[in-house]
Amino acid sequence: MTPGMLFTQNGSAVARSEIPERSGDRFCETLISAVDGGWRVVSYFGAAEAGSLRLYCILSFKSHAALGIMSTTVTGNSFPSLVEAVPQLHLFEREIAEQFGICFEGHPWLKPVRFEAQLASLPAVPPKAPEKAGIMDFYRVAGDEVHEVAVGPVHAGIIEPGHFRFQCFGEEVMHLEISLGYQHRAVERMVLGRPGLRTLKCMETVAGDTTIGHGTAYAMVVEALCGARVPAKAEAIRGIALELERLANHTGDLGAIAGDVGYLPTASFCGRIRGDFLNMSAELCGSRFGRGLVTPGGVQFDVGRELADKLRKRIDVARREVTNAVELLWDSPSVMGRLEGTGVVSEKDALDLGLVGPAARASGLNRDIRRDHPFGIYNVTQLPVETAKGGDVYARTLVRWLEIEKSLHFIEEQLAQLPGGSIVSPTAQLGENRMALALVEGWRGEVCHVALTDGSGDFQRYKITDPSFHNWSGLAMALRGGQISDFPLCNKSFNLSYCGFDL
Amino acid sequence: MFKAIIARCKQGHRTMAYPREPLALPERFRGYPEIKADLCPKDCRACADACPVDALECQPDLSLDLGKCLFCPECSRACPQGAITHTPDARLAANHREELVVRPGDEHRLAQALEKKMLSLFGRSLKFRSVVAGGCNACEADTNVLSTIGWDLGRFGIQFVASPRHADGLWVTGPVTEHMREALLLTYEAIPAPKLVVACGACAISGGPFRGSPEAHDGVEGMLPVDLYIPGCPPHPVTILDGLLRLLDRMP
Repeated sequence: MTPGMLFTQNGSAVARSEIPERSGDRFCETLISAVDGGWRVVSYFGAAEAGSLRLYCILSFKSHAALGIMSTTVTGNSFPSLVEAVPQLHLFEREIAEQFGICFEGHPWLKPVRFEAQLASLPAVPPKAPEKAGIMDFYRVAGDEVHEVAVGPVHAGIIEPGHFRFQCFGEEVMHLEISLGYQHRAVERMVLGRPGLRTLKCMETVAGDTTIGHGTAYAMVVEALCGARVPAKAEAIRGIALELERLANHTGDLGAIAGDVGYLPTASFCGRIRGDFLNMSAELCGSRFGRGLVTPGGVQFDVGRELADKLRKRIDVARREVTNAVELLWDSPSVMGRLEGTGVVSEKDALDLGLVGPAARASGLNRDIRRDHPFGIYNVTQLPVETAKGGDVYARTLVRWLEIEKSLHFIEEQLAQLPGGSIVSPTAQLGENRMALALVEGWRGEVCHVALTDGSGDFQRYKITDPSFHNWSGLAMALRGGQISDFPLCNKSFNLSYCGFDL
Repeated sequence: MFKAIIARCKQGHRTMAYPREPLALPERFRGYPEIKADLCPKDCRACADACPVDALECQPDLSLDLGKCLFCPECSRACPQGAITHTPDARLAANHREELVVRPGDEHRLAQALEKKMLSLFGRSLKFRSVVAGGCNACEADTNVLSTIGWDLGRFGIQFVASPRHADGLWVTGPVTEHMREALLLTYEAIPAPKLVVACGACAISGGPFRGSPEAHDGVEGMLPVDLYIPGCPPHPVTILDGLLRLLDRMP
């Protein structure tokens, strides 16, 4: 264990006065040695405090379910960049630089992240107007036969906007740079102040396909800040909803991957079966995306015996159908030929970039918040963590399938043994001057919410990290040395959120 | 190949009978509201205060703006009298912004068909170009769902195309972020006239949960002329399809 950190657990709150504040040098040393010692960066963000910028770093240590918090205050308008030693910080540093206008000395690639306006103007930093989205210096490869391909922000189909810039030599992609920010709705600014119903609605729509994931993380933050205890039944229903969200999206992704290699049977079947899972979420709460289900203190809708039995029957049907649809993939050499060896992210690269979720597990990283930092129902029941070795599109497809099997089993188990009792407990006034943090294993990976409250218990700073924030770099890496025609397939195999990244 | 054929037999024919027959919706589905203003005690604002997006007005009578409504259960839970409930009626689309405001005693106004000339142009073949302008991927996902085998939007001659030059209309989702405003307007410009605009979801109609965001424009209202408003957060696929079929006068 490393000194200079405050240790805490997932879903808990600490007094801000207890968070150790180190000098810049000491902070940097501690951070580097912690990562060398097996800690992982969960979040690294800035907050304007008393006219200067305070940096907070949240780290995770897998084997003790421990989370560490450390901080430092930036004097002046620059801070040393640690990217050389800790590559997984590269985007966090860019984000802090953009949100507060400071410079990270020695950052190899200090560019805008979202082209967003500054969160706060600091006396030491001259304010800068935000730049127009997509206008920046892209990394260029020079050479007579090198050509550049620009894609987006508006794509074919019904897809969120983002810009992709490829440096190609013939078919080969030498480098891909991804520039986002088009979806920026200023979520982090909108949720400041006294939390209310509107706050929850913004959280549910940070990434609409992760409504339960982000909704649960927000609820955990509020519960930690006001000391509310969630009833056992509500924890079970949250778990069922979270796994249904995973099932719907993983099934949809398997269909989309099949569609991208031109294999229509699985594409058609999975497209439909995904809807069956969404309809099960709608049976729970009336919304196919789980809107209005999770609320601070518990859930808004009960599951009676009758509904539980109905859902179990439907899960059983869906299991047979999705198994039948997906098994066709493994039996089709033409499909496997396209998936195997495409878009490889090595285990080392995945580790360096700090990937999370199925993308990380497909590169052999054994990390899953449900087991490493258990929350809610996962404190009392465990889902086995599924990993694969190859780090290619096939591995990302396989991991999704293995997770579908586990989630189906988990839901059936939970429905069969739902506890009785209430589904929501009252929430009180939020604690003052505290920091709360919540991690949830959403279907894309780790969803992280951190809140800092002020003297009246209002949100002074709220930091959201969607799994996509970690994983977009993984997609860029997957394309390196591959063929540009494989981009859609690689993209589908990650299926990242634009709005979750852009906030 | 042989296995694929067996799987095809097992999976069966799945295109739904809708719109010939009604679609079964989940019991807890929240659709068109029912307002009984006569149950409201004097000066009670319980439902309006509970609404996260100020979709309810209490003066002179209780009214609900479907263009803002997120169809969450808050208002009906807050009202002790049961003066406001969401019925399971999924028909929500309308042609004009003001038609989305539901008042007690109003008849349920449904989307009307295009005028004759436009109908002859688009009635059998209607192509949309989608622009996502800050949408959270829920409206987008449930629009995409219509192209799956269950719904099979293609059977009505409606399709989403990859270029505005191939399109008859613009399909907008999201509250229109500042970073997407220009791309949205350029896409609209690029669609040959005569053209349609559909605002799909609470964000595109009014800004949804992000109304008042410093980085978004509260939807397309006032930015583009809208022909069809589809309320919801997100709208259920049947709400979207119902609106489109009424617009094209294709309801059996």
